[in-house]
Amino acid sequence: MTAAPAAIVGLPFLAALTGLLLGRKISPIPVAVIPTAIACALAIWVAAVGASGAGTLTLIRTGGIPIEVGLEVGPLSALIGVLVTVVALAVQIYSIGYLKGDPRYSSYAAFISLFTSAMLLVVYAADLLVLYVGWEIMGFCSYALVGHWWEDRANSRAAVKAFLVTRLGDVGFLFGIFVLGFAADSFRIADILAQVPQMSAVTLTVGALLLLAGVAGKSAQVPLHTWLPDAMAGPTPISALIHAATMVAAGVFIVARLHPVFLAAPIVLGTLAVMAVLGMLGAALAALAADDLKRVLAYSTVSQLAVMAAGLAVADSIRPAVFHLISHGAFKALLFLCAGAVIHTVGSNLMSDMGGLARALTVTFPAMTIGFMALAGLPIASGFFSKDAILATAEHTALGDGGAPVAPAIAWLVFAALLTTAALTAAYAGRAWLRTFFGERRTEHAVHEAPPTMRWPIVVLAVPALLLGFAGLAVPELRPELLSSVLGVAAAGLGLGVIYLVWRGDRALDPARLLGPLRPACERAFYVDELYAALFVRPVLAAARLTVAADHTVVDGAVRGSGRAAVSLAGLLRLLQRGNVQTYVTGVFAGVLLIVVGVVMLG
Amino acid sequence: MHIVYPLVVSALLFSIGIYGVLARRNAILVLMSVELMLNAVNLNLVAFDVWFADRLHSGQVFTLFIIVIAAAELGVGLAIVLAVFRNRRSVEIDRLQDLAEPPGPGEEPEPDAAQELEETRS
Repeated sequence: MTAAPAAIVGLPFLAALTGLLLGRKISPIPVAVIPTAIACALAIWVAAVGASGAGTLTLIRTGGIPIEVGLEVGPLSALIGVLVTVVALAVQIYSIGYLKGDPRYSSYAAFISLFTSAMLLVVYAADLLVLYVGWEIMGFCSYALVGHWWEDRANSRAAVKAFLVTRLGDVGFLFGIFVLGFAADSFRIADILAQVPQMSAVTLTVGALLLLAGVAGKSAQVPLHTWLPDAMAGPTPISALIHAATMVAAGVFIVARLHPVFLAAPIVLGTLAVMAVLGMLGAALAALAADDLKRVLAYSTVSQLAVMAAGLAVADSIRPAVFHLISHGAFKALLFLCAGAVIHTVGSNLMSDMGGLARALTVTFPAMTIGFMALAGLPIASGFFSKDAILATAEHTALGDGGAPVAPAIAWLVFAALLTTAALTAAYAGRAWLRTFFGERRTEHAVHEAPPTMRWPIVVLAVPALLLGFAGLAVPELRPELLSSVLGVAAAGLGLGVIYLVWRGDRALDPARLLGPLRPACERAFYVDELYAALFVRPVLAAARLTVAADHTVVDGAVRGSGRAAVSLAGLLRLLQRGNVQTYVTGVFAGVLLIVVGVVMLG
Repeated sequence: MHIVYPLVVSALLFSIGIYGVLARRNAILVLMSVELMLNAVNLNLVAFDVWFADRLHSGQVFTLFIIVIAAAELGVGLAIVLAVFRNRRSVEIDRLQDLAEPPGPGEEPEPDAAQELEETRS
C-alpha cells in the first residue's frame, strides 16, 4: 500500500527535476500541471478508499538508530494529502495566467512542484528524519519562491528573513526529533507514538518543547511569526499555496501527527495554548489595521493557525483542529487567489487603491465573498463549522468535561480568546471586503476580470470553501453545538456590525480608525519587528562588523605584515647584490685578507 | 742577491694589480691588472726557486705553466670583452649590472651610487 503514496510524492519531484533541467527546451506548462494533476487524482483515490498502511523503501544503517526511508498512509495523511495536491493543482493552473510572460516561469513552476513533493513527503513520511528532509526542502522552496522577483532588494530580503526565522525554529525541531528518537530507540513515528507511555515526563516535555520551536517557526506562531507578513513579497499564488494553505499548516500537522506526545506533556500544551492566544489576538488586531490586502490575509493566516494550535492544545482529539486546517486551507487559498486576481486588475496591493470593484469582478467578487464568509465563520460556510468545533472543544475542556490535560484557567483563556478572535476576524474580514469591493472606486486602471486560467481555480476552490463544512456533519464530534455556535456567530455578527456602522459613517475613510490610539501599534504589529531588530538583528550585525574589522586588521594584518617584513629584510640583503663586479671582488679580497691575518695571528 | 728584493718588487706588482682590478672601470685595464698580479706571482716563484736551489726547478716549470695559462685566459677574456663591446659599445664593467637583483615590486629602481661617485671623481 505504498505504491500510491510513493507515486504521489515522486511525480511532482520528477516534474521539478524535468522543469529545472530542461525548462528552457520544453514547454513548461504541461510539465508543471500534468504530474500534479495525476498526483491529485491519486491522493483523492487513496483518501476515498480509506487506505492505510506503511511500507519501507530502504533501511539506512547509521551505526546507531537506523533511518527507515518509508511512507505511511493514515486517515490524517490521506486527508492532508488531498488538501495539498488540490491546492497545488489550483495554484499551478492559476500561475499560468498570473505569471504570463514571466521570464523565469519554468523555474517558478519547477519550484512549486518541488515544494509540493516535499510537502507530500512530510505528510506521508513514516520516519521523523525522512519527514525532516521534506520539512527542510519546503523551507528552501519557500525561500526561493518568496524571492522570485529578486530584482527588488526588498523581496530578496524578505526571502532571507523567512528562511532565517524558520531555520531558527528548525534547529529546535531537529533536536526534538533526536530527543524523541533516542528515547524510543527508533525514528519511526509509529514506534515513537507506541513508546510514549514508557517515556519519562522530562524527556517528553523537553522533546515536545523542542518540536514546538520548529512548529512555531514553520507555522508562524508567536515568537517566530514575523516572517510571514514579509513573505507576502512573493507572487500571490505562492502566498496562497505555501504561506496560507500548506507549508504553514505543516507545523500544525506535526502537532496533530505527534499529538499523543504533546498530550503526555501538559506543560507544553499550556505553552502552546498561551502562544496560540497571543498569536490569534495580536495577529487579528494587526490584520485589522494593515492596509496591504495581502498583509491582512497574512496576519489572518497567523491568527487562524493560532486557532488551530489552540484547538490542539485544549483537545484530546485532533479532529477539530484538522477540520479547521483543511477548511482554512481551502478558504484561505481561495482568498489569496482572489486577492491575486484583484491585485492583477488594480495593479496595487493597497486597499486604499481599491474600492468599488464589486460590479466589475463578476467571478472574483462572489468567490471572495464566500472566502470572507468562511474566514469570519458565518453559517453555512466551511469556516463556521470548523471554528465551532474548536470553540466547542475549548468549552468542554474549560468545563472539565473531558479534553486535554490543561488547567481549566488556560482552557477558559483559550475560550475567551477564541470568541474575541471570532469578533476581530469578522471585523477585519468585513473591513477588507468593504474596502475592496464597495465605496468609491479609487483606481484609475481599466478594471477587467482575470483570464480563464485564473478564474477557473477560483471557482473550483470556492466550492469546498463554501460547502466543506457539511462534510463535518458525518462525524459526531464535529457537529455544531448550540451554545458555542450561538456565541461564535454572535461574536462574528458583533464584529461585522461594528465595522459596517463605522464604515457607513464615511465610506471614503478606513474603518480601522475605530482602533483609535491603538492603530499605529497595530499597524506596526505591536513593534515586534522593531523589538527583534533592537534585540537580535543589530547586535548580530554589530558583531559581524566587528568580526570583519578584526579579520581585516588582525588576520589580514598579520599576513600582510609578515610579507612586508620579509620584503624589507630582503631589501637589506639586496644592498649587497648591486651588480657591480668590483664590489664583489673587493669582498673576496677582504675575505682572503681576513683569513690570512687570522691564520697568521692564530697559527 | 737577497730574496727580499724580488719579494718586495713582486709585492708592489701584486698591490698595483689589486688596485687595478678593484678601481679601474675599463675591462681591458682590469685584465691587464690581473696579468700584473699573475706576473707578481711568477716573480715570486722564480725567486724562491733560485733561493731554495731546487734541483728539479719546479718553480720555473710552474712559472712556464702560468704564463701559458695566462695567455689562454687573456685570449678568452679579450674575446669576451670584444663581444661585450660589440653588444653595448662600452666595456665599463660597473655598467654591466644585468645580473644584479632587480628592484622589488613597488620600489623605485635605485640610482647606482658607486657609479655616480666614479663619475664625479673622473
